[in-house]
Amino acid sequence: MISRVFRVTVVLAGLSLLLTACGTANSPSAPAAGGSGLAADLLGAGASFPALLYQEWIGEYTSQVEPGVTINYQSIGSGGGIEQFIGQQTDFGASDAFLSDEDLAAARSARGCDPVHIPTVFGAVSVGYNLDGVDSLVLDGPTLAGIFLGDITSWNNPAIAASNEGVALPDEPIVVAHRSDGSGTTNIFTTYLSSVSEAWANGPGAGKEIEWPAKNSVGGEKNDGVASQIQQNPGSIGYLELAYAIETGIPVADIINSDGHAIAPTLEATAAAADGIAIPDDLRFNILGVGGQGYPIAGATWLLAWTCGYDDNVGDALKDWITWDLTRGDSVAEELLYSPLSSSLQAKALAQVDLINSNG
Amino acid sequence: MLMGNTMPALDRGQRPSGRHVTRNKKSSADRWFKWILGLAGAGVLIVLAAMLVSTAVDAWPVFKREGWQFVTSSIWDPGTSRTEITGSYGALAFIVGTLATSGIALAIAVPLAVGSALYLTHAAPRWLRKPLTYTIELLAAVPSVVYGLWGLLFFVPVFLRPVMDLVAGSLGRFVPFLAPPVVTYNYFAAGVVLSIMILPIITAISREVMSKTPQSEIAAAYGLGATRWEMMRFVVLPRARPGIIGATMLGLGRALGETIAVAMLIGGSKQIADSIFLGGQSMAGIIAVTFQEAAPENVKALIGVGVVLFIITLIVNVMARLIVRLTGGRLLGDASV
Amino acid sequence: MSAPQASVAPSSVRPLDVRTPNAAKRSRRDRLVTGLLIVAVSLALFPIVLIFYQVIRKGVGAISWEFLTTTQPFSQRKTGGGYLNGLVGTFYMVALAMLVAVPLGVAAATYVVEYKESKLAPIVQFFTDVMTGVPSIFIGLYIYALLVQGSIGFSIGFSTLAGALALSLLMIPIVARSSEEVLRLVPDDLRNAAFGLGARRWQVVTQVVWPTASSGLITGSMLAVGRAAGETAPLLLTALGAFTIVPKLVNAAQSALPLIIYDEARGPFAAGQARAWAGALELMLIVLVVTIIARRVGRRSEIQQ
Repeated sequence: MISRVFRVTVVLAGLSLLLTACGTANSPSAPAAGGSGLAADLLGAGASFPALLYQEWIGEYTSQVEPGVTINYQSIGSGGGIEQFIGQQTDFGASDAFLSDEDLAAARSARGCDPVHIPTVFGAVSVGYNLDGVDSLVLDGPTLAGIFLGDITSWNNPAIAASNEGVALPDEPIVVAHRSDGSGTTNIFTTYLSSVSEAWANGPGAGKEIEWPAKNSVGGEKNDGVASQIQQNPGSIGYLELAYAIETGIPVADIINSDGHAIAPTLEATAAAADGIAIPDDLRFNILGVGGQGYPIAGATWLLAWTCGYDDNVGDALKDWITWDLTRGDSVAEELLYSPLSSSLQAKALAQVDLINSNG
Repeated sequence: MLMGNTMPALDRGQRPSGRHVTRNKKSSADRWFKWILGLAGAGVLIVLAAMLVSTAVDAWPVFKREGWQFVTSSIWDPGTSRTEITGSYGALAFIVGTLATSGIALAIAVPLAVGSALYLTHAAPRWLRKPLTYTIELLAAVPSVVYGLWGLLFFVPVFLRPVMDLVAGSLGRFVPFLAPPVVTYNYFAAGVVLSIMILPIITAISREVMSKTPQSEIAAAYGLGATRWEMMRFVVLPRARPGIIGATMLGLGRALGETIAVAMLIGGSKQIADSIFLGGQSMAGIIAVTFQEAAPENVKALIGVGVVLFIITLIVNVMARLIVRLTGGRLLGDASV
Repeated sequence: MSAPQASVAPSSVRPLDVRTPNAAKRSRRDRLVTGLLIVAVSLALFPIVLIFYQVIRKGVGAISWEFLTTTQPFSQRKTGGGYLNGLVGTFYMVALAMLVAVPLGVAAATYVVEYKESKLAPIVQFFTDVMTGVPSIFIGLYIYALLVQGSIGFSIGFSTLAGALALSLLMIPIVARSSEEVLRLVPDDLRNAAFGLGARRWQVVTQVVWPTASSGLITGSMLAVGRAAGETAPLLLTALGAFTIVPKLVNAAQSALPLIIYDEARGPFAAGQARAWAGALELMLIVLVVTIIARRVGRRSEIQQ
């Protein structure tokens, strides 16, 4: 009595499920004994700023160190990282913008215990551009703010020429590339702009997602999207984490810091920026007013985790992975031009890691 | 909408004459069967109603606070509160983005679709008709993300960008919304790729409707000495016009709801651009791009955008199907779903 | 001015030589329009040719046995690896969606056609029609709010099940509408004959109508499957994505072919983009094969009225 249709449907569905079963059975990442025998599936989501680094860390950790652990990190932007973390859809979050007081309160009431901020690395927010024939560019804070405010609309504007003597700047319109999603990178960049430009501080201000005033602008999702926009639009300028610019060959500008030095975004300059900043106990801080040889648009990026509520194996795996990142991940980080934490900061970060799942 | 044929002599469940007739007695199996099927049908209704009601209820606080500003203001500045509505939510920029890209898509797709349909039904050599029809309908089988990928990495930067530069440089001097500067991904890029995506559905239904032109009238026109074009113009098109309108509206409905390809090509800017060569964002696009990071109040607002989009596509789709049905077209096949 | 009369004289007149004064102009216009129509068709065909050409060209270069059988590398900038995790995820979710959507869709369509005298039937018909127009992102958003965030009371998180449910909501109206068309085509004579032989109503449906319409029903279901396999938007908000093969049904994010393509296509890395083309070729082949088989099955046993 079961008609042909249902028979065929069941067969097709069954076949698909069979294929799926075969696929999962033969999956190379099927849990196996190895390392110290940790076994867990972790889901994390958040910032694209450190994503290139985290993916490297995850790759190495899950294949070489603890094969019994799978870590799925989805790069969805800092805003998404915080939201999904507080909403408890993920085991850990990642963000280059630390939780605001309001977010902290919401997190506490959502889970019933505190979250912890664990800084992992410092990164530089580079200013990438696409301008034929211009290999190097120097910009200062107010000029940069002017460009992104839409006040400076052409590349041969005197403000830009002032810091670029001898460079032939074309009479081309500037296309501003920014993020179209909620971003910690945006937060770092706009915090910097607010600190060097009153017009910016009174206008769009700082935040993960703002109203971009420049008329001639394009939006990209995640750092990847901004990189693509810069690649695709001649005359464009945008802000993106340094590793993305390097990996895609996008030229970046030197930025004049508070001591008047024009600094290129490099590993050393990033580390110098983080030097000597006052770190509060809860490890939530911005990097501002950078002088000396430091690159002025830099920020830390954090992993977010809870102090309670994990299954034991999940909590253990999470702590192990983050500890490994902080203690063993330095060389990979430096390869990608992320600056590892200083030893004192690393000690503080590790202390935070110990708090994970400590309240049961 | 009932079919003409109804069951002639026998009532349901009644045994044929010559045996003891029990009127209107339904077997329990019949009752169960009808009940199960009815449940399935009702289930569809319930799911749809649940979707509409629960999303409207979810979005209500934002609607209440913004009022008509929700659709008339273009300031989209989401707040981050988890308990109240602190941001400004004006979705006009996204409504404009959706309408602009759909408008461009229709402007390109309709003439091409109607022309193709005319050609396929009345002008193409017989042996060519089926293969050509099949090929055009193949466009409907290409997944949206493949259109997006192809547009993003190939079609728009390689083919469209030069065209856009050309038009902006020439006509753009006189026509304000065609003016430079040009960014690669903008309303126009999304609109052109969208037009390719809706082409099969408009073509299929137009073809359907045109093929129903009575042979007698066609023959009569030829008999009076009409050229083929005159026959098309005076016999086929007037009859097919309502159906073509319905097809267009169905294409519009499809264009309005398209998410991924448009999101990949429209440029990602939250402003209302002055020119079609600048970037913007669509209603479906802003949802797709920002939902993951949206704080609870922002999620409500995005759901509100979804509700507005749903209502608009609903109206367009219902009107379209009514028109097509009333003019005798049939919505067959995959191109029309 | 009246049209010239054809002369009745037999031999000396060639009847087809009768022309109106503006015949030349009309015939020119006719040729012009025919030319325009050919241009229209060519323009309509141009994209499909271009798409197939480009996807095949770029995809074939990047597709390999490794691509089909290994999972994604963790970083987009790395070369190598493949989309096996997406392939498995797509199969998994579409299979589950089918199990929900096909019975529901066919049942709803059967109710609408076979019990059209009931008050509920036309309402169901109207609303399944309406449902085909629901934007796919809206469906995803609804499932996200309901099941992932958990407004329903419990949450299954980003998961295979959430993705499958979103896809099934997409598929149900497609299955229902095409099944409806096919069921209507079954001649009433067949039904009457069955009744005449003493069959009960449910027997008529299950033993006469459904078997007769079975090819068409299969077609409709397979078209819905092809559509669901290619959808991205509803999965963005429900399955989220994963880099490995995910066997869990709930509380673990799942991957899907369209999701990976969407991600890697928009990235700035050449390695990722190359994989995206290969993935697009793989996905297109799957959808095309399903669509072509569906149409073949339907066409071969078209019910002639």
